[in-house]
Amino acid sequence: MRSWRRSNLPFSKPPITRCNILISQNYPILHVVVPLIAAPLMVLLRHGGFAWLLAAVASWSSLAVSAALLAEVAGGGVISYAIGSWAPPWGIEYRIDSVNAFLLVLVSLIASVVVIYCRESVEAEVAPEQHYLFYTMYVLCLAGLLGIAATGDGFNLFVFLEISSLSSYVLIALGRDRRALVASYQYLIMGTIGATFIVIGVGLLFLMTGTLNLADMAARLREVTDTRPILAALAFLTVGISLKLALFPLHLWLPNAYAYAPSAVTAFLAATATKVSLYVLLRFYYSVFGESAVFIAHPTSDILLVLSLAAMFIASTVAIFQDNIKRLFAYSSVAQIGYITLGVSFDSLTGLTAAIVHLFNHALTKGAIFLLLGGIALRLGAVRFQDIGGIARVMPLTSFGIVLAGLSLIGVPGTVGFVSKWYLVLAAIESGAWWLALLIVLSSLLAVIYVWRFVEAAYFQVPSASVSRLREAPLSMLVPAWLMVAACLYFGLDASLTLSGASQAAAELLPGSR
Amino acid sequence: MTPEATILLAIAVPAVGMGLIAAAHRMPDLREAITLATAGLLSVLVASLTPLVLDGARPGVTVFEMMPGLALRFEVEPLGMLFGLVASGLWIVNSLYSIGYMRGNEEKHQTRFYVCFAGALAATMGIAFAGNLLTLFLFYEALTLITYPLVTHHVTPGAVRAGRLYLGLLVGTSIVFLLVAIIWTWQLAGTIDFTPGGILGGEVPNATVGVLLALYVFGVGKAAVMPVHRWLPAAMVAPTPVSALLHAVAVVKAGVFSVLKIVIYVFGVEATAGVKSVDWLPFMAGFTIIAASIVALRADNLKRRLAYSTVSQLSYVVLAAALLTPLSVIGAALHIAAHALGKITLFFAAGAIYTAAHKTEVSQLDGIGRRMPWTMGAFTVGALSMIGLPPAAGFVSKWYILQGAMATGQWNAVAVVVASTLLNAGYFLPIVYRAFFVAPPDDGHRAHGEAPFTMVAALTLTAAGTVALFFFPDVPLALARQLAGG
Repeated sequence: MRSWRRSNLPFSKPPITRCNILISQNYPILHVVVPLIAAPLMVLLRHGGFAWLLAAVASWSSLAVSAALLAEVAGGGVISYAIGSWAPPWGIEYRIDSVNAFLLVLVSLIASVVVIYCRESVEAEVAPEQHYLFYTMYVLCLAGLLGIAATGDGFNLFVFLEISSLSSYVLIALGRDRRALVASYQYLIMGTIGATFIVIGVGLLFLMTGTLNLADMAARLREVTDTRPILAALAFLTVGISLKLALFPLHLWLPNAYAYAPSAVTAFLAATATKVSLYVLLRFYYSVFGESAVFIAHPTSDILLVLSLAAMFIASTVAIFQDNIKRLFAYSSVAQIGYITLGVSFDSLTGLTAAIVHLFNHALTKGAIFLLLGGIALRLGAVRFQDIGGIARVMPLTSFGIVLAGLSLIGVPGTVGFVSKWYLVLAAIESGAWWLALLIVLSSLLAVIYVWRFVEAAYFQVPSASVSRLREAPLSMLVPAWLMVAACLYFGLDASLTLSGASQAAAELLPGSR
Repeated sequence: MTPEATILLAIAVPAVGMGLIAAAHRMPDLREAITLATAGLLSVLVASLTPLVLDGARPGVTVFEMMPGLALRFEVEPLGMLFGLVASGLWIVNSLYSIGYMRGNEEKHQTRFYVCFAGALAATMGIAFAGNLLTLFLFYEALTLITYPLVTHHVTPGAVRAGRLYLGLLVGTSIVFLLVAIIWTWQLAGTIDFTPGGILGGEVPNATVGVLLALYVFGVGKAAVMPVHRWLPAAMVAPTPVSALLHAVAVVKAGVFSVLKIVIYVFGVEATAGVKSVDWLPFMAGFTIIAASIVALRADNLKRRLAYSTVSQLSYVVLAAALLTPLSVIGAALHIAAHALGKITLFFAAGAIYTAAHKTEVSQLDGIGRRMPWTMGAFTVGALSMIGLPPAAGFVSKWYILQGAMATGQWNAVAVVVASTLLNAGYFLPIVYRAFFVAPPDDGHRAHGEAPFTMVAALTLTAAGTVALFFFPDVPLALARQLAGG
C-alpha cells in the first residue's frame, strides 16, 4: 500500500472537551443511551403498540441527536466525550468526527424511516405476543449499531457489536418462514466467529500497545510496528470484520438471513448493519493501522481488490439466477458491498470518497427495494418470480418504486448509484487502471439483467387470479419506502451534500492526501 | 421571457404534458388535444430561440451542481438549435399522425403511449440543449428508458425480446463505453463542457484521442454505427408512429447529434484534423453505409428495409463528422434535418399502408399507388431525399458532404457516397415502380382507399417539408454555417 501518514497526532489537535451538565453536551452518548433505555422499558410493559411508539420516539430522537452532532463536526472538528468524566485513554472515549457522524445520521435515519413502516408490516409478519420483543430487539440493534459508530474504544466497540449482532439474530429468527430459524442460526455461527476474531484482534492490539483507546492505540502502534502479533491482529480483524460486512467469500450467511427475515428487518439490516461493519473496517485500517509499517508492507489492498471484483461479478451472476426476489437482491447486496471495498482498495482520496458515498447511496437504494418488496410480501405472502407475474397492474406504485431503485443499482444517471459509479470509475482511471474502469461498468450490466427480470415479470406477464385480487400496499408502508426512493433520486441529481460529507470523511481518514 | 426561462420551459413543457396526458386518460379527445397543445407550445418555444442563436448568442443556464464541478447545464448552440427545431416541429406532425394511427388500428394502452411520447420529447430537448457531457448523458439514458415502453408497446413475446435487445445494446454501450469516455475526458481535460474548438487539445496523446473517439462513437449506440446497430431493426416491432418519430427523428438523431456534437465541441474539428489515430472512423462509417444498404436491398419487410436504410443514412452523418472539414460538418448538420424529414415521411407512408391495407411486405405493394396516391406520392418524395436527388432535401446535405470530401481529397469517402447513392436507388425505386406501374393483383386493393385523414395530412406535410427544405434551406444552412465557423 502506498504510505500515508497522519499529519497530526491523534491528541495533537485539541478536541472539543465537554463537561456533562447540559443535555446538549451529552449528545455524543445520548443517541445510544435513549434506545438502550427504551429496550428494558418495553420488556417491562409488554405491550406491542406502546413498544412501537417507544421505538419510534427512540429512533427519531437518535436521528435528531445525530443530526446535531453532524452539524457540529461538519467543519472538520472532533468531539471527544469521556464517559463518566474518566479522561481518555483510561476511560471510555466517544469520539465523533466527520466519518462517523455521517454514519450515525445514516443509521438513525434509516431506523426512523423503517420504524414507521414496521407498524403494519410487523403486524402481518410477527405473532402478536412477540411484537414487544420485536421492538425491543429493534432498538437494541439500533443502540448497538450507533454505539459501534460512536465509540472510540476497541473493547466497547466489540460490546456494541455483540449487542447489535445478538439482537439481529433474534430479529431474523422472528421471520414468518420456518427457514428463518436456520438462517438466523447460520448467521449466529458466522457472526460469532467474526466477533471472536475481532475480539482476538483487539486483544492482540491491547497486548502490544497496552491501550484500548483507538486513537491512543494508533499512536502507540508505531513503536511496536512490524511485529508478528500486530500482523496477526491485522489478519484477525480483517477476517472478522469481513465476515460481519459480508465481503465475498465470507458472505454465506447474508442471502438466507435477508431472504427469510421479516421485511422490515431485511430493509433495516441491509441498509445499516453491513454499512456499520464497513465503517469498522475503515476505522481500523485507516485510523488505527494507517500508521504502522505492517499495514503498508502487506498487500492488503490487493487482496481487497481481488475479493471485491469477485464479489461484483460472482454475486451479481448468482443474483441473476435466483427465484426468490429477496434473495436476488441479497446477492446484489454482496455485489454492491464489493463496490464499496473496491473503493477502499484504491487507496486514494477519490476511491475512499467513492466507498463512503456508495455506503450511503447503497443503503438508500437497498433500503427502498427491501421496503417495497415487503409490501409485496405483505399482500402476496411470497416474493418469488413465479408468483408476482403482472403485479405492476395491481401494485403500480410498489412496482415502479422497485424499478426506480433498481435503476439506481444499475447506476443510471439521476440516481444515487450513478454518483457512486462516477467516483469509482474516476478513481480507477486516476490510478491508471483503465481495465478496472471497464470491469466496474461491465459488472453493472449484470445489474441490468437482474433488475430487468423483475421488470419483465411485473409488467409483461398477465396477472394470475391470486395476483389480480391484490391491492396496493398500505400507505404507512408505501410512504417510508417512497421517501427512500425519492432520496435515491434527490441525492442522485444533487449529490453535493453527500459528496462533501464523503470527501470530508475520506480526507479525515487519509490526512496525507488532503 | 428570458432565453434562460425558455430553455428550461422547453424541457419542462413536455414533462408537464406527461402528467396532464396521464390525468386525462379517461377522456381520449382531451388527451390528444393536450398532446397537440404541448407539441405546439414546445415548438413555439424552441422557435423563439432561433433568432437569438442566428444572431450569434449562446443562451445558457446552469440549473444546479450535481457533483462538485459538474453541473446540470443547458446551452443552446447552432447544432442543438437545429436538432431541437427538427424534433419539436416534427412532434406536432407526428402527433396528428399518431391520433389517426392509434385510433385506426385500435391500439391498446394509448395513454401510456402518449405519456411516453411526451417524455421522449422532454429527454430529446435535454439532449439538444445539453451544455456539457454529463447533462447529455443524463438525458441520453432517460431517452432510452422512456422509449422502452414504446418499443415493447404490444407486450408480445417478440416485443419483449426486441425490448431486451433495445435496452441491452443502448444501455450496455452507453454505460460501458460512453460513461467511461466521459469520466476519462473529465479526468484528462478537467472539464466536460461543450466548448467551441474542443477541450482535448494540447497534452492528450494522439493514441488516447483515437481510443476516446472509439469509446464515444460506439458508446453512443443510438448512432447505430455497425456493429452496435442491431437494436434499430429490432425496435421496429413498435407501432409505426414510434418508429417514425423515435427511430427516424428523436432517438437515432439524438445518437448522431451526440456524435457530431462531441466531435465538434469535445475533440474539435481543426484540433483533430491531423490526428492519425482517428483515421479508422471514416472506414467504419463507410462500411456501415454500404453494408446496411446491402441488407436493406434484400429486406422484403418494408419497415425492416426502412430501418436498415436508417442505419445507413445515420452513418452519413458520422462519416461527414469523421471527415473533419468545415464543409462536411455543414453537410452532417443538414443531413440530420434532411434525413429526419425524409425518413419520417417514409415511415408515415409505411404506417398508412399498414392501417389502410394491412400490408407490411414490399412484395405486396403492386399497384398500391393507384389506391393511395397521396401516400405513395409522399413516399416517392421521401425516397428521392434518401437517394439524394433534387428536388428533395437529401440532395443539399449530400452535396456538402461530397464537397467536403473532395476538398480534402478523401476519395474513399466520395466513392462510398456514390456507391450508396446507387444502392439507395436500388432499394427505393423498385417500391415506387411497383406501386405505380405494376398492375395490382386481382384479389387485393379493392377494399381500401387512403388511410385516415390525419395520417394522410401528416405525411403530405412532411413530404412538402422535404421539398421545401431543398428550396429554402436558409435557416438550417445558416445554423450549420455557424458550426463550421463561417
